[in-house]
Amino acid sequence: MIGENLPALQVILPLFGAIIAALVRRGDIAWLVTLVTGVATLMVAFALLVKVLAGGPISYEIGDWVPPIGIEYRVDVINAYVLVLVSVIAAVILPYARTSIALEIREERRAWFYTMYLLCLCGLTGITITGDAFNAFVFLEVSSLSTYTMIALGRDRRALIAAYQYLIMGTIGATFYVIGVGLLLVMTGTLNLVDLSTRLVEVESTRTVSAALAFIVVGISLKLALFPLHVWLPNAYAYAPSVATVFLAATATKVAVYLLLRFLFSVFGAHFAFGQLVLTPMLLLLSVAAMFGASIVAAFQNNLKRMLAYSSVAQIGYVTLGIALATATGLTGGIVHLFNHAITKAALFLVLGIVFYCAATVRVEDLAGLGRRLPVTMAGFVVAGLSLIGVPGTAGFISKWYLVAAALEKGWWWLAVLVVASSLIAVIYVGRVVEVLWFRAPTETVAAVRDPPTVMVATAWLMVAATVYFGIDTNLTAGVASLAADSLLQGPQ
Amino acid sequence: MRLDVIIRVSIKVLLPFILMFGLYVQFHGDYGPGGGFQAGVVAAATVILYAIIFGLAPTKRIIPPLMVEIMIPLGVLIFAGVGVVGLLVGESYLNYSVLAHDQIHGQEWGIFLVEAGVFVTVAGTMVAIFYAFTGRGRS
Repeated sequence: MIGENLPALQVILPLFGAIIAALVRRGDIAWLVTLVTGVATLMVAFALLVKVLAGGPISYEIGDWVPPIGIEYRVDVINAYVLVLVSVIAAVILPYARTSIALEIREERRAWFYTMYLLCLCGLTGITITGDAFNAFVFLEVSSLSTYTMIALGRDRRALIAAYQYLIMGTIGATFYVIGVGLLLVMTGTLNLVDLSTRLVEVESTRTVSAALAFIVVGISLKLALFPLHVWLPNAYAYAPSVATVFLAATATKVAVYLLLRFLFSVFGAHFAFGQLVLTPMLLLLSVAAMFGASIVAAFQNNLKRMLAYSSVAQIGYVTLGIALATATGLTGGIVHLFNHAITKAALFLVLGIVFYCAATVRVEDLAGLGRRLPVTMAGFVVAGLSLIGVPGTAGFISKWYLVAAALEKGWWWLAVLVVASSLIAVIYVGRVVEVLWFRAPTETVAAVRDPPTVMVATAWLMVAATVYFGIDTNLTAGVASLAADSLLQGPQ
Repeated sequence: MRLDVIIRVSIKVLLPFILMFGLYVQFHGDYGPGGGFQAGVVAAATVILYAIIFGLAPTKRIIPPLMVEIMIPLGVLIFAGVGVVGLLVGESYLNYSVLAHDQIHGQEWGIFLVEAGVFVTVAGTMVAIFYAFTGRGRS
């Protein structure tokens, strides 16, 4: 019975966890509820991935209404992979969350934070698992609204403005998405993604369908912070509570990328999106602009959280670059970078959370010599930073390798040069922080910072170790990513 | 406000009818326009109207903030919990057909219970928002 209902459990477990966390009202108990739910959700996600790898796509009819009339949950390789990514991050950072949240959020708000955390998890898994375009919009709103609340719970008053800014931008993005879906509904009379893909073939030469694609791509691009649409992201990440930043940076934009992949390849089909329309040069241009523009801005940031946030915008550029190439290798690179960047950024933001816990600041000029005071923690920053740059032996190298290979396959050697050149800017912004942290004498305030709790350091190092592990053993990540890329390129099934 | 006898008396007369209308919108939602959301808003409006006329403190004695904050997740629990019945008897999540002896009555019961959940959450949320705004600067 449980085996058949795994797709539903994937979404309703976090939903019920959120309700219980809100009902118990005590921060500690809510945390315990969140931990149990998070681990259970992770087990469901793993079970789904194993099932899909063994037996092909799973379809689940919500309420036993037969699709395309009813809502269908559909799990194949690519969304099983994203589900595992989201649930792993959500579960692994929970032991860390308890200490960090206890410092950063007042007791009467802690249970609400965990409620929002689980609702966000519910929304993200829902977007990923659903096979219905409108249901995806509903979950997009569930995850977005809970995200706004999480950001607004940040200690800094500027968190409120950041949350409001994201609220406006996110709502515009979601509106564009739903306009696009509405246009598709008008043309085809269906919302089921599989059904859409078969019915679109007849009407795909119409202007309405082109407009639908444009609306959907722009709407989702706002959510995934594609370069000129990224302005909400740096403030949101910088002023949100540390745990929320880790969770959002590692999952929210990744799920939006998944939704884009789903629409471009499974619904519209690569031949239409990249063949008949001019999506490749546009995405390519914006991706390269993100890789350079955002990286350069990152190099000038004093607030480390803002720096990493701009770096996230740049890293999203690598992912969309892989999508723009629309070849098996390019897509593999983009999809594997989803995972690799998620663990790398999670590791870096986890370390920053510890820094904030110990030193109550993340401004680079206040942290001179912190590496000598907290060597274990800050060594984690260096290793994860190397992965961000893409040094061989770390996860970041794997994805950039695939991207460079894909560029060369197409004969676009200049693109390969650009990928490498933009990594050099990452050397600058990571190197600048490493220089301040390790090569300067500790100031008095830095020498006086308190020791970090072991559980926080252990969680951060677990993630740092993962960036190294997945830089060496790529069977799970690149293997599944290339399977997913192949199935996406086959187009609508 | 103490001298506004007309307002105070007439509101006291009106309040039960407003609440009754809310419940009508709730239970008639099966057959005509209405449903949990609208009914929840109307029910919350009675509380808000009472607070405007008689003040925040007496209102909070009748509807304590704790109760309001419990109502918000409770309604979602009803909504999501009705769906679980389908899971427990071996059907899909949100399958309401299993709630009664035949499919049509089952679906009707499902919608009825779900709308009750919507009512609880919407009414709770509306009052909570009102309390949050009016409470600013007092505590």
